[in-house]
Amino acid sequence: MSFMKGLKCRECGKEYPKEALHVCELCFGPLEVNYEYEKIKEVLTRQTIEKRPPNMWRYKELLPLESDPSVGAQVGFTPLIRAHNLGNALGVRELYIKNDAVNYPTLSFKDRVVSVAISRARELGFKIIACASTGNLANSVAANSAACGMESYVFIPHDLEQTKIMGTLIYGATVVSIKGTYDEVNRLCSEIAGKYGWAFVNINIRPYYAEGSKTFGYEMIEQLGWRFPRHVVVPMAGGSLITKIWKSFNELQKIGLAKNLDSRIYGAQAAGCAPIVNAVKEGSELIRPVRPNTIAKSLAIGNPADGYYSAKVMRDSGGWGECVTDDEIISAMKLLAETEGIFAETAGGVTLGVTKKLIEQGRIPKDESIVVSITGNGLKTQEALYGKLNQVTVINARLAEFDDLVRANGKEYALKS
Amino acid sequence: MAIKVRIPTPLRKLTNGSDEVFAEGRNIGEIINDLEKSFPGLKERICEGDGKLRRFVNIYLNDEDIRFKKNLETELKENDELSIIPAIAGGSI
Repeated sequence: MSFMKGLKCRECGKEYPKEALHVCELCFGPLEVNYEYEKIKEVLTRQTIEKRPPNMWRYKELLPLESDPSVGAQVGFTPLIRAHNLGNALGVRELYIKNDAVNYPTLSFKDRVVSVAISRARELGFKIIACASTGNLANSVAANSAACGMESYVFIPHDLEQTKIMGTLIYGATVVSIKGTYDEVNRLCSEIAGKYGWAFVNINIRPYYAEGSKTFGYEMIEQLGWRFPRHVVVPMAGGSLITKIWKSFNELQKIGLAKNLDSRIYGAQAAGCAPIVNAVKEGSELIRPVRPNTIAKSLAIGNPADGYYSAKVMRDSGGWGECVTDDEIISAMKLLAETEGIFAETAGGVTLGVTKKLIEQGRIPKDESIVVSITGNGLKTQEALYGKLNQVTVINARLAEFDDLVRANGKEYALKS
Repeated sequence: MAIKVRIPTPLRKLTNGSDEVFAEGRNIGEIINDLEKSFPGLKERICEGDGKLRRFVNIYLNDEDIRFKKNLETELKENDELSIIPAIAGGSI
């Protein structure tokens, strides 16, 4: 049973039917899915949720589908890890990693939004799935389309990591590489979406698509024992995820599944592409677009669609925005890998780097709970690490050479006695 | 002074299908008021009740967003061109 009421303009409140619409025809504001929360409150309990299989659909009443998903039944419920080693390294008492680097099937949080978007697009009768992407979305759209036998078109900026291109082509998607930035790709896709009758997951299906991100937030709360964390750090590109995490917290409070919402939400960007962070720091409601220049390509959106609302989430929740340089991103990727054994993509380096900075600045106190949102896998952005890690040691296949190496490294204590 | 204004598809119903129209005014606010005279109903689509530009409507003077100039008070000169562009074209994370 579906509890989706319809679409509603976030700006002027005008209501629309549950169709493939994303912009208010009156005021041009973004449309958002509206639910029958009173009815959800009656049927959805912690016990009901806890009895369901460990995937994102355990919160299906709060997702915008008419019936069960037709793709991605296994997505979500990724680990929330109590990060003791990293906590010690940062000098904080209670630190968690929400790890979507191991989300199914394409190792990023995008599988959450895409499984909702494609399932909804199929309910609406679309035959072709498409997207504008900085990489992770491309992987997920291609994989999930293949999994349900749909044709897919993926539009990317020309300078993406090779791994993300291979990880899209393998599924048989048609990949169109555009000579331009993501923002230019996106503009072109809007025109294509207007002309062709395709389901662009992050354009005409966006109101449904974006709702999938809420499950990242629901899971975090459930995994903390239905408790709100005090501080949450979230990476921002277009700014949708941070607004949906905030929405998910508020919904859980509204339907009574968690109480005493006092979380502060912090947005993380790369210094080479920080339009939302700049606005927060300047105390401005205006997002001034930038031309991105950062190794964190998955966050390289210079004209963020949800920039205004992201800045508002940070303001309303008492959080803040911060950014880090490319060197700080690499250091943070190494720190996460060396302390917790988690290889996050560059965006994860941004989020952890910003967390570290906020702790050092005293904006995040050392004795309160902190969740770091890791949204993608480091195996996809290895190009960023060339020349930045230790070299491998090469020797011939002779024991004597290895003995020399052990001596050179001062590890003779490890000899068998 | 007549200024050329580009009209986006969703507003062309109000301009009898024209994608470019001309309006008179010394600044952008005056242009919008003049557009409203010629095409009644257009102003409420791009401005709030208090006259401020709606958040998800961008107006470009030549190639620059007027929010980063003097907004509706931005003064105009001969041969300037305005474009009205709905802000939401999509996005990602």
